[in-house]
Amino acid sequence: MSTFLGMPAAREGAGPSPQAAPGTLSGIGRPEDPLHWGASFPDAAKAALENGQLRRNLGKATSTIRTKRARVVGEVPDWEALRDAGSAVKTDVLARLPELLEELERNVTARGGVVHWARDAVEANRIVADLVRAKGADEVVKVKSMATQEIGLNEALAEEGIAAVETDLAELIVQLADDMPSHILVPAIHRNRTEIRDIFLERMADAPPDLTDVPRELAMAARSHLRRKFLSAKVAISGANFAVADTGTLAVVESEGNGRMCLTLPETLITVMGIEKLIPTFDDLEVFLQLLPRSSTGERMNPYTSMWTGVTPGDGPQEFHLVLLDNGRTKVLADEAGRSALHCIRCSACLNVCPVYERVGGHAYGSVYPGPIGAILTPQLTGEKSDLPYASTLCGACYEVCPVKIDIPSILVELRAREVSLSGASPETADRVWKAAMKAASFAMADGGRFRRAARVPRLLRAISRNGVIRRLPFPGSLWTRSRDLMEPPQQTFHDWWAEREERR
Amino acid sequence: MRLALAATCIGDAMFPQAPRAVVTLLERLGHEVVFPPAQACCGQMHVNTGYLAEAVPVVQNHVRTFAPVADGEWDAVVVPSGSCTGSIRHQQAMVLERAGLRAEARTATAVAERTYELSELLVDVLGVTDVGAWFPHRVTYHPTCHSLRMLGVGDKPERLLRAVEGLELAPLAEAEGCCGFGGTFSLKNSDTSTAMLADKVANVVDTGAEVVTAGDWSCLMHIGGGLSRGGTGVRPMHLAEILASTRESPVVPGAGQAVAR
Ligand code: SF4
Repeated sequence: MSTFLGMPAAREGAGPSPQAAPGTLSGIGRPEDPLHWGASFPDAAKAALENGQLRRNLGKATSTIRTKRARVVGEVPDWEALRDAGSAVKTDVLARLPELLEELERNVTARGGVVHWARDAVEANRIVADLVRAKGADEVVKVKSMATQEIGLNEALAEEGIAAVETDLAELIVQLADDMPSHILVPAIHRNRTEIRDIFLERMADAPPDLTDVPRELAMAARSHLRRKFLSAKVAISGANFAVADTGTLAVVESEGNGRMCLTLPETLITVMGIEKLIPTFDDLEVFLQLLPRSSTGERMNPYTSMWTGVTPGDGPQEFHLVLLDNGRTKVLADEAGRSALHCIRCSACLNVCPVYERVGGHAYGSVYPGPIGAILTPQLTGEKSDLPYASTLCGACYEVCPVKIDIPSILVELRAREVSLSGASPETADRVWKAAMKAASFAMADGGRFRRAARVPRLLRAISRNGVIRRLPFPGSLWTRSRDLMEPPQQTFHDWWAEREERR
Repeated sequence: MRLALAATCIGDAMFPQAPRAVVTLLERLGHEVVFPPAQACCGQMHVNTGYLAEAVPVVQNHVRTFAPVADGEWDAVVVPSGSCTGSIRHQQAMVLERAGLRAEARTATAVAERTYELSELLVDVLGVTDVGAWFPHRVTYHPTCHSLRMLGVGDKPERLLRAVEGLELAPLAEAEGCCGFGGTFSLKNSDTSTAMLADKVANVVDTGAEVVTAGDWSCLMHIGGGLSRGGTGVRPMHLAEILASTRESPVVPGAGQAVAR
């Protein structure tokens, strides 16, 4: 699902984005592994927090869509029942994924499509590149697709001399700026419209030279640029929001109409889809087509819902290929605790309500999957040690809005436990310090008598407090006192106070 | 009723005025309060940071200490903290279960079923919203994330505050936004935590309130630390401290003094 939510204007007098280097380029470029790149989360977050323009852009965009989502969700009397239904369907899908995938394959094939299976990014990219080359095309149009972003398809095609043109407006902006997406649904959410105008002028060859930053003008410039691409493309590449096992139907929902163009005009259509995107029956669409638009864009219904089943002579693409992508998903499926991350329908509601995402933006997560869902999905897909499970206060806002009820906070805790075990023999000082501190605290907190004695220790800090507060502590206490005072510990703990009271009685 | 108090580790060691206020309040309402001295901590910090093995002995100690509530020795356990109550209710049994301690996990569930956060205990169990308090100050209420979402206390704290004589309740903008504490998050992601805190502090200051209150001293320690650093003069106080205040024995904002004797 993709839509353009409107671009905040740059504040008057605000210079070019400090992140842009040089001009409108992001300076991020295209990383080797789209699932895992860049600095550690705390470091990347620190850099992002220093970018005032980015914080204003994000704050405005996320609060606008939060309000909109809350309003339209509030209109649905059976919203909680719908969430339960969505979650139940997905649980069922994961419980019998192999069987349903085979059913999908049978039905797609029976209706004239061709199904390919890809274990990882390399295999998937290879399959797509071969298919495009077989058609003799050197340019393809694309509907915005998380799966192809995840595998770095555009870069892989470029290496084969094939240009992939993103046709979603926000995705086009990201592509032109040689940037990475920073949001699942609104990949250019970190950009304001002045930046977008500059990007178009610099990087889009056929942009009108007198282009202003009025949203309509920007949209029209992109429209005429893309129109030429749609009309000449022989091959299109899409993702899929849903794949219906019992009919072999694929569905893409979007808001701009670019998807509809890609899915109907070219001769060949290649769809790359994560294997978890299945739903068992056509009727199940009823649930998700209600849940998705309200959760993602705050719309009652998405403007374009395109469905196709195999090929139909004389109508639409005459050749259809479906690439079923694993890329770590069966590993996630095997993990009982983290499995429900595969319920995700990529609505992005969790990003928009996340107080951490709102402050630091998507790039800090160093993955095409940012925000709360990224914090649980990315480390599971890569299987690598990660600091993303700690990029949350466990405030629970993500769980509250998730249309398929993924208990993100509980999974974060599970993944933290995994991180701790991965860092068991870690030589890193920080890991060792944490471990030692947690062990010591565990010893002190596992016995009332020991705790009573340990709880008296903080009062030694009274020696350095002034006017009831402590303003400066040595490391690691400095991580607290750099921005927050610490209130002076009490003269007497509660344990001691109670004992004294009992004695007096 | 006979009520056992879980003071919480942070309340015990850093902010004893909150559990003391709980004692004052409940005794004033005619209940007997018991403090089992073997208690230490609920284990939340260990669980939430991913140290599940280290959490086991801590959770075991909590469950053993409060197990008598499951046998009817006390009517309920009261906790002046939404997040600790949340951990007791949603994490303790899981930790023991994972460690293969089946029987203890069952006890944990039984204890959790009789454990209440303060506003839940007052409104749902004891059936009071007007506790006879007097607190003539302008107050704003921050609904902490765990009270709000993990427990779903709803508007119980606000109902209790509205019934306090002399108290003026100031609405807080973006009240449901996290303050950025998140336990060890405040250290591991210190910069992000600080950015979240800055927004919370600005919203609290905008209310013009003299006091900011909540059901958790951990979040209040964070917000209070920011308010203090900013030299704002706004005082953090636990909900229990406000509810314990009466005309005869008023609690002064920021004094953190003993109330029960
Ligand atoms: S985790 Fe839930 S809220 Fe987040 S993108 Fe996926 S479906 Fe939407």
